[in-house]
Parts: sequence; C-alpha cells; structure tokens
Amino acid sequence: MIEQSVTAARAQMPEYEGDTVWSEHEPLIDRIPRWVAMTGLFIAIVGIWYAVTALEIVSNIILPTPMETWSDIVFVGGNMVSGGYMLEALVTTTKTVLLAFGLAMAIGFSLGVLVGETKFGERAVMPYLVAIDTMPKVAFAPLFIAWLGFGIASKVALATFIATFPIVVSTAAGLYAASENERMLFKSIGASRMQTLVRLKLPTGLPYFFTGLKIAAVGVMAGAITGEFLGGGQGVGALIRVSASQLDTPRVFSLIIYLSFLGLALFLAVVWVQKTFVFWNKSDKPGGAA
Amino acid sequence: MTARTREPAEARPVYRIERLTKTYGGFTALHKVNLTLRKGEFGAVIGSSGCGKSTLLKIMAGLLPPSSGRVVLEDKPVLGPRRDIGMMFQQATLLPWKTTLGNVLLPIEMRDGKAAARAAEGRAEELLELVGIGRAKHVFPGELSGGMAQRAAICRMLISDPAVLLLDEPFSALDELTRDFMNMELQRICLEREATSFLVTHSIPEAVILADRIFIMEANPGRVAEIIEIDLPRPRNLDMINTAKFGEIVHHIREKLGKEAFGA
Repeated sequence: MIEQSVTAARAQMPEYEGDTVWSEHEPLIDRIPRWVAMTGLFIAIVGIWYAVTALEIVSNIILPTPMETWSDIVFVGGNMVSGGYMLEALVTTTKTVLLAFGLAMAIGFSLGVLVGETKFGERAVMPYLVAIDTMPKVAFAPLFIAWLGFGIASKVALATFIATFPIVVSTAAGLYAASENERMLFKSIGASRMQTLVRLKLPTGLPYFFTGLKIAAVGVMAGAITGEFLGGGQGVGALIRVSASQLDTPRVFSLIIYLSFLGLALFLAVVWVQKTFVFWNKSDKPGGAA
Repeated sequence: MTARTREPAEARPVYRIERLTKTYGGFTALHKVNLTLRKGEFGAVIGSSGCGKSTLLKIMAGLLPPSSGRVVLEDKPVLGPRRDIGMMFQQATLLPWKTTLGNVLLPIEMRDGKAAARAAEGRAEELLELVGIGRAKHVFPGELSGGMAQRAAICRMLISDPAVLLLDEPFSALDELTRDFMNMELQRICLEREATSFLVTHSIPEAVILADRIFIMEANPGRVAEIIEIDLPRPRNLDMINTAKFGEIVHHIREKLGKEAFGA
C-alpha cells in the first residue's frame, strides 16, 4: 500500500537532472589575500603621504617626506645598534615601562582581590578607586615630579598610577566570574574560603585579569612617555620633546616608530602568557565550567 | 546484576527531616516539611517550580541553613557540608583547567590535600571505568560531551564514598536519549552501592522509573502533599515505561500536580 502511494507520488514529481551545487560569489574586495591587502594599503598610505609633501600642500617642516623619515629611521636604528645615546634613551624608557608594569600588576592585583573578595573592599575601597579613576590621571604628573624629582622614579610613579586601575577593575570582575553552580560545588565538597578563592575564583577570573593587563600595557606606555615629556630625564619621551621643539619632525616620527615596537612587544608578551596559562579558554562546551 | 527485593518498611531510617521551615523575608519557601529516607531507599521529590524542592535539597545537603526544624543524617545533625553527603547538580560544573581525573579527585584534594588525591587516583580510575569513560581520564572537560561530563560528575560525587546521594535534576540538561540511558546507569550504581538517594526532578516518568517513593510537593507554602510508593520490581528497565501500571502511576501524579498548579 505505502509502496504504491510512494511510487505514485514520485511519478507526479518533475524530474531534475544534475547536482544542486550552489555557487556563492564573494565580493572582489573580500577575495584579496591578506598580504596583498596589507602591502597594498601600506603603499597607498605612503603614496598619499608622498603626494601631500611633493605637491607642498603641507609645509615640509611640519610633515617630512616619506624618504626623509625612512632615512631618519635608519639613522636612529644605526645609533641604537652602535650603542649611542638613543639606545640609552630606549633602555631608560623600557626600564620605566617594565618597572611600572610590574608595580601596577602587584598593586592592581592586590587591590583587585581586596575589592572583589571582601565586603570591606567592596564597600570602603571601591568608591575611592572609582573616584580617583574618573580624574584625569595625567594631571597628577607635576605632583609626582615634585615629590620624586626628575629621575626615573617620577615617571615610574605616573605610569604605575595610570596602569593600576584597569588591573584592579578586571581582577575584581574576574573574581565574580565563577558561576553560582561552581560556588555551590566548592561549598558542597567542603572547600574553605581560601581554597575557593585560589582554586576556583582566581583561575576562573584569569581571562578577565589578562584583559586588564592588555589595557594596562597600553596605559603604562602612555604614562611613561607623558612623564618623560613633563619631567625631562633620559627617556625617549624627552628626546621626542627636544626634537619637536627643534622642528626635527622626521626624528619625532622615527622615535615614535621605535616606541611602538616597545609597546607592541609588551602587548604581545601579555598575549603569549595568556595563551600559555589560560589554555582552556578556547571553547565553551557543555562539559566546561563556562 | 541480580534483582534485589527491598523491604523499605523494615529498613532503618537514615535521613530524617523534621518540621523543616525556610523563610526568605516574608516568603515561606518550606513549611514544616517532614520526610524520612530509609537505608538504601531511592526517594524522589517532584513538584511545580517554586515549590521549594531545590531549597529542600540544599538544606538537606548542608548548603543552606533552615529557619527552623532539623535535618539528621545517621543520628548526627547536618550543620554544614559533610563528607558522607554526595551531591550532583544540573550542570556537570567541571573545572576546565583540570583533566577528567583531576576533576573527579577534586573533593579529595580539597578535604585531604594533594597527596591524598594522588593516593586516590586508582579509585578514581575505577569509578571512571564503572561509568564507561575510563579512556577519557586525561582529557580536559572542553572535549567531553554533555553525557560524558555528567558521568565524570557522578564519579566526583562517588569518590568520597558518600552514604547518601543528593541529585538536583542531574540529567535535565541532557537530550532525552542520553537522559534515559544515564538514568539506568544511575539505578545500576545506586543498587550496587546500596546508596540512599534523593532526586529532585521535573520529569514524572524519570521519578517513577527511578524512585521507591515519590514525594509530591505543593507550593505556597512548600510542603509535602502526598507520598506515593512505587512497587515496580528492581532492576527496572526502560521497557517498563510502556506498561499499563507505569502509565497509571504517571497519570495519577500528573493529575495531582495539575490540580495543585492549575486548580483543574
């Protein structure tokens, strides 16, 4: 019976020969391979830059040509490689940045745990942190210079000051990230408060903590350079200020390029450490404590 | 496995819940709940959402203090989480940075330290074999399916060798096929260990296939409205779901719950 009706139904269906392969067309702009796209865009930007300088739309003193800038980048690189005063400046700035980043991590993490784990921290400390965080922190630079002098200490202080807040906030947020189920589980297996903090809340909060570190890595650079602008000394920031005041714009550009390498290195270091430590945070399957 | 006939009436009571009341502000979640579980008995509590069954389970587990009344297990009052109470939740809640084996050993590690956990590895492996995921012991939870994760959670509950198992909708997040299968696994484990078990569930067939006694709860305030003895023989199997007797029991409970929830 059923077979018959199936055959009957099939007989009424129109025959279609061939496969039903769909053809999807990506727009041309999305089909450009990455390296071609990147190189092309770079050439386009440099080309526009060259055109602007060649046609003297902007004075050469304000905007140097790409060639001038390139030769200065090579010159600064040569000075650094041969151990000149610019290497010293870069070492000073690097030292400032690393010291400040380390301090910001230590202070930010401790305050973050205090705020995220204790009622006292949440009730008493957090309001003050929020209040300070809303202030323009760069405005504290003259104070730090007055207190700590023109040496590296005042720059470290300013950079630390700027970089600490994102770490505090992200650490505290991370401590809230463990789910109600996970807390209940730890309670049911008799875990102490310390065990719950160290074995559950901190590991669960690690991705948050690293997000804070990435923001801090950017902040610590800004803080160090601002400190060097305002407080002089031997860092790259002081060199930039001197070059700018001499209208040596190619030098300013090339020093910024080298600074960006430092910032990028710090950022990538954080990303690398995160990938190594938070290996589980790739997918959220039902089994995982997502 | 041999069929075991239970004599619940003669078995001694191990878990006693007496005049248990829980209030939140002005809201009474549980009102003078009395409930006794006998040694080796499988109890199930069923009721509409908001009837306080999860609250009841948490108080029984020592995770939540009652407002009044008492919980006594093996003649000792429950005043907090205890080693002889094993718990399982709706979510497997495995720690993603620990392997399956590490997750199973977590309760030992927390209570007795890392050395004790290492010493218990052999037992954890046996448990994983028992639930059929021995090969996944070095795998991280991100690679486990929902059913496998809940099996690991069963092992984590059993590693402390608890006297009672408290199950808070343990398989309700799984698909129906896996859920039926896991329920049969659970029955096998409970029979083998002669564990006293208490299940909270939304599913009437699940309660009937697993339980010796079903406690029907009513809301506002939460209380036990009726106790139903399920005298289906053990071990039970999924074919029993299609029998007339099973249908009658399910029908009776559904009517009772419907009356309670919708006044029909």
